[in-house]
Formats: sequence, C-alpha cells, structure tokens
Amino acid sequence: MTPYIVITLFAVGILLGRLLREKDKARRNVDLALTWSVYLLLFLLGISVGINEEIIGNFSRIGYKAFWLTIGAVGGSIILAKIVYIIFFKGNEEGVSKN
Amino acid sequence: MKGSLIILSFFALGLIGGIFSLFPEWLLNEDLTTYALFVLMFLVGVSIGSDKGAFSVIRKMNLKILLVPSLVVVGSLSGTALISFLLHDIGVREAMAVGAGFGYYSLSSIFISEISGQELGVVALLSNIFREIITLLSVPFLVRYFGKLSGIASGGATAMDTTLPVIVKFTGKEYGIIAIFSGIILTILVPILVTLILEF
Repeated sequence: MTPYIVITLFAVGILLGRLLREKDKARRNVDLALTWSVYLLLFLLGISVGINEEIIGNFSRIGYKAFWLTIGAVGGSIILAKIVYIIFFKGNEEGVSKN
Repeated sequence: MKGSLIILSFFALGLIGGIFSLFPEWLLNEDLTTYALFVLMFLVGVSIGSDKGAFSVIRKMNLKILLVPSLVVVGSLSGTALISFLLHDIGVREAMAVGAGFGYYSLSSIFISEISGQELGVVALLSNIFREIITLLSVPFLVRYFGKLSGIASGGATAMDTTLPVIVKFTGKEYGIIAIFSGIILTILVPILVTLILEF
C-alpha cells in the first residue's frame, strides 16, 4: 500500500511544484525541507539497522554485495553507453553542440 | 561528495545510537519512518516540478536524447541481474531494485528498506553511494575508453547534480544538457521502477 501512496504524493508534488516555478524563496525552502527530511530518514534508517543484530553481524558481506552490484550497474551502463555513442552520437557531434 | 558525507554521518549517528540503545522507544516506531517518507516524496516531487530548467530542457531535445536514460536503465538492470547470478545470496529482483537506484542513494535506500526490509536498504545505500564515488573518480578514464556518454551513464541520476561538474569538465558543455536531462528522467524513474521490480 505504502508505495502507491508515495508515488501518488510524488505525482501531486510535481504538479503543485509547477505552480512554484517563479517563487524562488518558496523553492529554496522546499529544497531545505527536502535536505532535512533526507537527513531524518537516513538517521532513522541508521537506528533501525543499528538495533538489527543480523545486519550488524553481516556488515562486511553486505558491503561486498553492494560493491559488486555497483560494478554490475556501472559496467552495464558504460558498455551500452559506448555502443549508443558510436552508433547515434559520434557522427554528428556538430549537431549536438549547436543545441 | 560533501552531501554524501553529511548523509552518511546522519546514518552513522543513528547506527551507533541504535547499536548502543541510546534512543527512546518512540524513535523506533515504524510509522514515523513511513510518514517521513510521505513528506520526503512529496517534497521531491515539488522540487522537480518547480525546477525552471527541468521541463524546458526536456522540451528542447530531440528524440535521440531519450536513448541516454534508456541505456542507463537497461544497462543498470541487466548488469545487476548478471551480478545476482554470481553472488549466491541475493535474488534477481532484489539486485535489480538496487540497480534501479541509479546512484540516488538517499531515496532508493529508504524506499527499498520500506518495501523489502532494512538489509536490502543498506545494500542499496552503500551500492548507490559507491556509484556516485566511482563516477566522480573515474569519469576521465571512462570518457577516454567508453566515449562521451559514459560519464553520464555511470552517474545515472546523479548526472543532474553531484556528478555534473566532472561530467561537463571531461566531456564538454554540450553534453551538460544531456546529463541534466538523463538525470531528471532517472530521478523520476527511481521510485517507480523500484516499486515495479519489487512488488510485481
């Protein structure tokens, strides 16, 4: 249930945000509130991880998994980036720079 | 880089406090995290919606530019899926959900821990922080061997903000717009793809 509420709020936020485009002060406040809500959530995530002995006991394994998944994600992306660049972008660099 | 250090220290503060049981009971309430997540996602939406540049960039571009975020989606998801076959203790879906963070560690880790539990949330947090750090450190090398889109591809969602300066420096200003565009699309896709991958 939660993910659907979250995505709905996200979409509503984008639409409401469109109304704030010319209000620089409001935008700055939104970004500040955003930064602090990220801090709060990561702090809360930290607590729930800290009291979870299973995670604390396996931290090195978790780090190892995370590292290899990053290699997979970055590796897959840059290989496709090379292919797409050669086929679609390399030939018309001129066109790109005019934009 | 500075941003990720601050975020990591908030995480570490909570972590240490949790290990030594320094915090009162009410902070451990799951509902608190859920409501904070509602606020966060609404604010992320407002922030994207109110960005003056975001939508005009999208309107100016031709269709070819859509290839860039698409290749990051396909590359990240297939790369992490492949890794899940080599690591015996993570499922394909879980691995792909981590990959669908595209470097946006704060949002993806919170989201994933909400849906799949804290352990995967921590994997997502670390993995996506690594993605940002690897990008910051290796753009010059990547651009040389994998072409001018590779820095943008490696940066994923971070190509619109934290890794944008290095990308522009090593690939040129004309690629800056592509980087911002790709970053915006991927940022919007993070919550959607993570949910789709884990819930269906």
